[in-house]
Amino acid sequence: MAKMTLDQLRALRAEKQEELERRNVEGKDIQVIVGMGTCGIAAGAKLTFDAIVAALEKHNMASRVVVRQTGCMGLCYVEPTVEVVMPDMPSVIYGKMTSEFAEELVVKHLVEHSLLDNHIFDRPAVDIVKH
Amino acid sequence: MHFTVGDFVLDLAQNSVEAGARTIEVEVDEGADGVRVRVADDGRGMSPEARARALDPLANSGAKHPGRKVGLGLPFIRQAVELAGGSFSLESERGVGTEARFFFPSASVDSPPLGDVGQLFTALVSLAGAAEMKLRRSRSRDGLKYGITKSELVEAAGDLSSAASLALVRQFLASQEEG
Repeated sequence: MAKMTLDQLRALRAEKQEELERRNVEGKDIQVIVGMGTCGIAAGAKLTFDAIVAALEKHNMASRVVVRQTGCMGLCYVEPTVEVVMPDMPSVIYGKMTSEFAEELVVKHLVEHSLLDNHIFDRPAVDIVKH
Repeated sequence: MHFTVGDFVLDLAQNSVEAGARTIEVEVDEGADGVRVRVADDGRGMSPEARARALDPLANSGAKHPGRKVGLGLPFIRQAVELAGGSFSLESERGVGTEARFFFPSASVDSPPLGDVGQLFTALVSLAGAAEMKLRRSRSRDGLKYGITKSELVEAAGDLSSAASLALVRQFLASQEEG
């Protein structure tokens, strides 16, 4: 693709905003938090983060979602980890979320409201537990 | 251990955010002889003793995780450059900031791949915290050279906490790599 200028980026944003207004989308009510401590990065979390952003865009979910990075959540043994917080679903921390599962996360959890059972981990390591 | 140079850069930038930096500078230069990186911040910095502990894999300041007995981010970089015959430096001053520089020679089979710089820069500008990011990129092979800041991207694409704005920025940054 050709190199974009900042003006082109502004124009693309304006175009997308018009589309959003036409579709009458709600505010951002979904949070997706990717663990990006040293453990997460070593397990490929940067690729997971990128794949999630791409999948959200592909499935027209991006305008409803806040994607954030956080440090180590204490689940180093199952990195990459992704926490999902959304209305009408239990808050979940998923583990072993390498980039190939990003699309499944968006489609199953965010769109279909169904948990990824094979990826649920919720017990942090002993040295992380808050006292 | 991290797989790409980009992963090491992201790890260093996370340290800068956690040090309370207001401005973080990242430079990625791909020369014929190898890849040079600089990550500098104006965060709280480290005393000589704290710096020595930061480089020790079995030391941890306990600031983030009170019971943790390892801190591997900086030791990973040092180990990787040693394996590849590269170089690494870490300068820091308490109350001023920290600067990390490293170099991986292209001639070494142990040098990690650079990784996708567009992806790296997207991850950097969406790091938590209010820090400004100043990014510079160069590549001698084709003369690619550009600089961009987080504030410029936010102004053009909107608040990066929105995945929609982030997706636009991702597309924009990927295009910068095309030259």
